[in-house]
Parts: sequence; C-alpha cells; structure tokens
Amino acid sequence: MTLYLPWVGAAALLALPFVYHQPYPLHILIIILIWSFAYTSWSIMGRFGLVSLGHGGFMGVGAYVTALAWNYGHVSPWIGVPLAVVAAAALAAVVAYPCFRFRITGHYFALVTLALSGIVLQVITATRDYTGGSLGYTPERYRGGGSSLWALQFSDKTTWYLIALAVWAGGLYVWSRVDRSMLRYALEAISEDEDAAAATGVHVTAEKLKITVLSATMTALAGALYCQYQMFISPDTVSGISVSLQMVFAVVVGGIYVSLGPTIGAVITILLAEVLRVWFGTRAVGWDNIVYGVLLVLFIIFLPKGIVGSLTDLRRRAGWTSS
Amino acid sequence: MGIFDIYLLEAVINGFLLGGVLALLSLGLNLIFGVIDVVWICYAELIMLGMYGMYFLYTVYRVPIGLAAALCIVLVGVLGLVLHVLVIAPLLGAAPINQLLATGGVLFFLQSAATVLFGIEFKNLGLRLPVLKVAGMFVSYSRLLAFGAALIAMVLVYLLLTRTYTGTAIRAIAQDRQIMPLMGVDSRRIYLITSGLGGALAGLAACLLVLQYDVHPFVGLTFGPITFLICVLGSLGNFAGGFVAAFVFAEIISVGGLYLDLEWGYVFAFAFFIVMMFVRPEGLMARRS
Repeated sequence: MTLYLPWVGAAALLALPFVYHQPYPLHILIIILIWSFAYTSWSIMGRFGLVSLGHGGFMGVGAYVTALAWNYGHVSPWIGVPLAVVAAAALAAVVAYPCFRFRITGHYFALVTLALSGIVLQVITATRDYTGGSLGYTPERYRGGGSSLWALQFSDKTTWYLIALAVWAGGLYVWSRVDRSMLRYALEAISEDEDAAAATGVHVTAEKLKITVLSATMTALAGALYCQYQMFISPDTVSGISVSLQMVFAVVVGGIYVSLGPTIGAVITILLAEVLRVWFGTRAVGWDNIVYGVLLVLFIIFLPKGIVGSLTDLRRRAGWTSS
Repeated sequence: MGIFDIYLLEAVINGFLLGGVLALLSLGLNLIFGVIDVVWICYAELIMLGMYGMYFLYTVYRVPIGLAAALCIVLVGVLGLVLHVLVIAPLLGAAPINQLLATGGVLFFLQSAATVLFGIEFKNLGLRLPVLKVAGMFVSYSRLLAFGAALIAMVLVYLLLTRTYTGTAIRAIAQDRQIMPLMGVDSRRIYLITSGLGGALAGLAACLLVLQYDVHPFVGLTFGPITFLICVLGSLGNFAGGFVAAFVFAEIISVGGLYLDLEWGYVFAFAFFIVMMFVRPEGLMARRS
C-alpha cells in the first residue's frame, strides 16, 4: 500500500484542478507549490550545514531579471528565465567560491550570504528608475491581457497550477537525485569534518560549489515563476533578508532532512498566514510573523529536526521497540 | 579649495562621525560573539525597541531626555538578559547555526510585535538638534554627539574589560570556554553579565540613533546587515578589528552616497565587503598564522 501511495497522491494532485476549480483555494495551492519549490531549493544545500541567508537575493535576481528582460528587451520569459537563472548561478558562484576556497563556514558563511541578500535588495532599491524600487514592479501584460505561451502569461489558474505542480515535482526529483548521489556522501562528510573529508579525497570546494550553484539556480527559477504568476514583484516579497529568513523558518518547521519537509513547512506557514488574514482581516497584520517567530524559536529548541523529521524518528523508534 | 572638495571633505567628516556610531553597534555584537560565541541576528531589533522606548519615554510620557536615555539603556540591557535566558541558554550546547536561526526567529517576533503594538508609521522625537557650520561645511550636531558618546562608551567598556575582575573573567571565558569554569569562574554569571552589557550597548546605540533617524518597526533592517558585515570584516569577536572596519564602512557609505544615492553607498560597502572576503577572508585584523 505504501508503495502506491506516492502515485495515488500524484494522480490526486494532477486531477484536482479539473474537479475543483474555486479560484481562491487554487491560488493558495499555487502559492504553496511555488514556495515549496523555493524552500526545497534552499534545503538542498541547507541540509548539509550550508546555511545560506542569501537565497532571498537569488530569488530576487530570478524575478527581476525575468521581468526587466521582458519589459525593456521584449525578451520572452522562455529566454528571460534561463537568463535570470544563469545570472543567479553566476552570482552564487562569485560569492560562494571565495567562501569555500577560504573555508568560511558556519556563522561566517551565514553572515556573508546575508550581505548578499542585502546587496540585491539595495541594488533593486537604488536602481528605482528601472525597477520601481521598493514600490514594486509589474511585468507588462501581453497585448493587454489574456494568455500567451510566448509571454508565459496565463489568465486561468489551472494552467498555473499544473506548471507549479510540475516545477515542484521537479524540485523533489532533484532533491532525491542529490539524496542518492555521491555528492550527498561527500557533502555529509564535509559537514562533519572538512579536513577529514579532504584527506579522504573529497574536493571540498568543488563539491560545495556544485550544490550551492544548483540551489541558487532552483531558487532563481522559483523567483521567476513567482514573478510570472503574480505579475507583481517587490523587494520585500522576493528579495532581501526577510525572505531568506522566511525560507529558513519554513524549512526548519517542516524538517530539513526529509524531502517533503520544506513542502510541509510551506503548507503550514502559508495556511497560517492565510487563516490569520481571513479571521482577523487587517488587524492580523504582523500577527502571522509573531507566531512564526515564536514557533521558529520553539522548534529550534525543542524539535530541531522539524515536524516531518520528528514524526519519522518517532515512527522508527516505535518500530524498534515493537520488534 | 573648490566647492566640490568641500562637499567631499564634508562627506569624509560625516562618514567619520557615522563610523563612531557603527563602531558602537559592532562593539555590543562583538562582545556577545566573543564571549558567548553566538551571533544575535536580532541585535538591530533590540536597538529598534530601544528607539521606541526613547520615543515613548520622551515624547509621550515627557520624561527628561537624560533620564529617558538612562532608562532606555537599562531597559534594553534587561531585554538582552531575557533574550539570553529564554532563547540562548537552552541552545548553548546546540549547533551554532541553530542559535543563529533562533535569534532569527526573535527578529521576526520583535519586528512584528513592534508592528502590532506601535503601527508602521515613522515616528521621531520631534527634536531638531542644530547643525554646526564649520568652515563652510555642515556637520550635524547629533552625529557629533553620537560620535562622542560612542567613543566614551567604548573607552568605558575597554576599561571594564581590562581593569576589573569581572572584565578579566569575561576575557578569560572568551579565550577558553571549557577551562575557565574549572578555574572557578561561573560561566553562567559571566554570560548573563555579557548579555546584559551587550543589550545596554544596544540601548545606548538606540538613544543616539533616535536623534538622527525616524523609528519604525523595520528600521533594524537598514543598519542590521551593515553591523554584521562590520563584525565579520573586523573578524567576529575582535574589538579593534570591528572598530577599524566600522570607520572604513562608514567612509565608503558616506563618500559613495555623495556621488550617487545613499543606497549606492550601501551597495559599494557590500561590494567592498565581498571583495575583502577574497583578499582577507579572516577579516581585516586577523593574525595570519
């Protein structure tokens, strides 16, 4: 039964928009899928102790390069998105290479990457003549609205749901590929002890760089996707330190070390925010983050493996005692 | 001297004064990192609360400004203690990165608590300190005051660390966390003192910053990142390094902001930081082994 469960789940997710197409729940689902993908991208490197607070920056690059290329260069997102992804990957490589080469780890790595999200945020704000600054930015509608494959703009939510679902599933696939690769063993060895890993023939810098660029690439794609779906981006929603922390938070709550952890984290955080918004309306402004903040602290103190990780542990422990 | 040079000189002087404040900001963070080995990501949010404290004490409750400042320093010092007891102490044995993330949670919490309690309007003391005009240049009096206070605070902290028994114990703990408890130093007490002191420094910074800037719940994000960069550039935990890095950063921001917008000053500072990571990854003042 458990063997079929993923397939049944996949089929149910695929069929969902055709059976049930209320716009609001579908919108929430799309948002959850896009952010789940972003969080999965973060955890792909975060699980190896490479805690980056710069992913807000990569996401911002993904979103803004796509939108700017469309508005100014009239470049289709089909070219703009790869462009954005390459830009984010290059940025990741430029920042991460010296970090890894000169063994900047732990706190230092987190703070250097924090600087990166700060830079991207400030550059977006400083170039406000082109990017709209902190007021946000909107990609131009393709011929005044409607759907277009060329412009990657779709007016119906079902298409977007399927796109987001595919990208999210792709993210999980990459996660499991990494999970089964030599890269994972190398990175686990590195996160335990860099010197010992290097002594056994692991190329520490190269392996870390690989996973960082991969993670940045995926995050930029998530940013581009978010931009194309929402048709509005602002430095606060796709870039900067709060977005980076939001990623860390969701992943910690869901569970870093399991593939569905980030997704569960996204479901919990986004539903929490929506429920508070629906129940309390504008009075709820800020309350969701208060709850996030307290939960983040509590989770790190009491459940550092996150919800999914702790549940898996519990089941395993129960299994041992009964056998 | 052309008009252009006067502006440049003015920017350099203002940068120097800004450097004093930044040095004060990095001092508290460095102290906590050096002794407890924890980075308080929420440090700037403590300052934000301190700024609100000043606003309410001075503008709403009409407390005289000197007393308000003293109360505010004590208040944020107590906040530092509470932060240590509630969040850091249970995580002392955990992975360093977990401690960092937990204070990230505190950052979320404080920011939104401030939004809920105080609203998102910009608030200021309604106090305009005069601007000094020296040889055709404008130097803000509040910056001068901040610079002076920061300098005095730093000297006091230095004296405390070098001339008192407690200060010696703090420095000893910073050098070796395992051995010092065996030598009869109560590490928990030292951690508490350091957290309180770090908080009080944040409170002092708040008193000085509120003279120059409006306070709003997200004000911490404007100078939080720069404070971390200064600490990293000057090698985390190294006071002298943080001091030098603060002035370097302040000059870049001030002079860079002269030619373009202020944001570009920050961009240059960030870019400089990343370049420095290539050149001197251990920080400006690190001893080469």
